Amino acid sequence: MGTIITFYCLSALIIVSAVMAVTSKRILRAATFLLFVLIATAGLYLLLNYHFLAAVQLSVYAGGILILFIFAILLTSPKGDRTEPEDRGKVAMGLAAALSGLVITAMVTVKHIFLYADPNPTVAGDHEINMKTIGHALMGTEKYQYLLPFEVLSVLLLVCIIGGIFIARKR
Amino acid sequence: MIPMEHYLVVSSIMFFAGIYGCIARKNLLAILISIELILNSVEINFSVFNRYLYPEQMEGMFFSLFGIAVSAAETAVAIAIIINIYRNAQNIDVRHIDKMKG
Repeated sequence: MGTIITFYCLSALIIVSAVMAVTSKRILRAATFLLFVLIATAGLYLLLNYHFLAAVQLSVYAGGILILFIFAILLTSPKGDRTEPEDRGKVAMGLAAALSGLVITAMVTVKHIFLYADPNPTVAGDHEINMKTIGHALMGTEKYQYLLPFEVLSVLLLVCIIGGIFIARKR
Repeated sequence: MIPMEHYLVVSSIMFFAGIYGCIARKNLLAILISIELILNSVEINFSVFNRYLYPEQMEGMFFSLFGIAVSAAETAVAIAIIINIYRNAQNIDVRHIDKMKG
């Protein structure tokens, strides 16, 4: 029961904050609503018993990316965050695309019958993956283990660091 | 017990809010925020499918992890580009950025 109430509270927070993040006039407020969405998403991961994923979500997204966003906003809006005039055609086009896509996706999702692993799935309980399993899966080279993507990702991050410095440096 | 469809509907609302933002917003940083919403909803979907349909495996969780790392890298480079654009053009409004200068 508590799980269900938590889930619907988090969902309401996610939906309201996501809509506010794309409709808010001030860009700094949009970033704050994005922060709410990311924290509520970490809550959803906790409900699904992915504790490590929730910790990563909080530290990387809510801790790292949001700081980058806020710094970029403060650097690029000189006279406070001024409102941007809306273009009615663009807004109508965006609303049409988003609403039609949402209706189609929601209909397909609700109508489709998923092949559950067991017919009456229980998420709450003893399904949490412990850290040892995650660490072995990240550091192994066999089937269902992820050493190669892990290393490729570290090279990607290095490339991004160098590229970021190279692009944003003063000339 | 929460049905899986409820998670999926929440994440698709987040996804299409991001689509709307990508089309309607004019500030480059606002567009980047919309892209973050889209990526985040995809990661929710990965982990929900993993948990409900294949609870014995953890491929969806690792896809979410790698997705988070890739989106962090993407955001860092995008913000570097946006700051550079601001330095050259003095604003980050997509209507005014129509000149490519070397």
